[in-house]
Amino acid sequence: MENITQAIQGIPLNHYILLSSIIFAIGVMGVLIRRNAIVIFMSVELMLNAVNLLLTAFSAYRGDAAGQVFVFFIMALAAAEVAVGLAIIVMVYRNTNSADINVLNKLKW
Amino acid sequence: MNLFYVVAFLSIFFSLLVIFSKNPVHSVLYLIVTFFTFTIHYILLNAQFLAIVNFIVYMGAIMVLFLFVLMLLNLNEETEPLKPTLLKVMGVVAGMCLLVTLAGSLKALSVSEPVVLQNVNLGLVKNLGKVLFNQFLLPFEISSLLLLSAMVGAVLLAKKEA
Repeated sequence: MENITQAIQGIPLNHYILLSSIIFAIGVMGVLIRRNAIVIFMSVELMLNAVNLLLTAFSAYRGDAAGQVFVFFIMALAAAEVAVGLAIIVMVYRNTNSADINVLNKLKW
Repeated sequence: MNLFYVVAFLSIFFSLLVIFSKNPVHSVLYLIVTFFTFTIHYILLNAQFLAIVNFIVYMGAIMVLFLFVLMLLNLNEETEPLKPTLLKVMGVVAGMCLLVTLAGSLKALSVSEPVVLQNVNLGLVKNLGKVLFNQFLLPFEISSLLLLSAMVGAVLLAKKEA
């Protein structure tokens, strides 16, 4: 246990922020460049996870347990969100026979 | 110290593979590996509770749900809708702009101190449970309501209209 906690000693906080920013930006790119609704959903999960990691890093940095409790709530929320979102995708697929988001333009102005 | 950079490289690499692989099933599999690298990050931060929860909830429950729906809808490389190349390039440029903005504002911060675990026992179940059931008891109970309503909503949405 001791050597595990030794492993991160000396990593600057900025590197954690940079890592989370990169993963978040990758998630944003995934939302922008894909058309499959499920892959877009996975990119959103990627963004949620980047924020989770950052919250945990800040929580360890400040020595405050509230950050890790927030991450726990975000995970519960993500589970609920995935259940409802995938149900919506299944319903859309049943009605349009594709998971392509470009089919869903009925509300377009 | 080196382990963090290796794992960070792996998470970035696999998350890039998630968004750039053509086959959605491969995307899901790469996403599982990405979540596993996140679990390693949590272990490095000594957030053991979150590591286990991440492992069970994300890699267990959510990924099974994704794979299940993907295979139920029978999506594969042939049915994968593709955006035109111009839009893809624009999307990547927009994402890079976001990244540059975030990294630039990071530069404006003062010099960052190294992450030193103030309290080594912070992320253990015993410590987090005390915080969760004292300070955050009401949100905890409300999140059970959220999960219940999500379950009911998912069943209602996915059911065929009678």
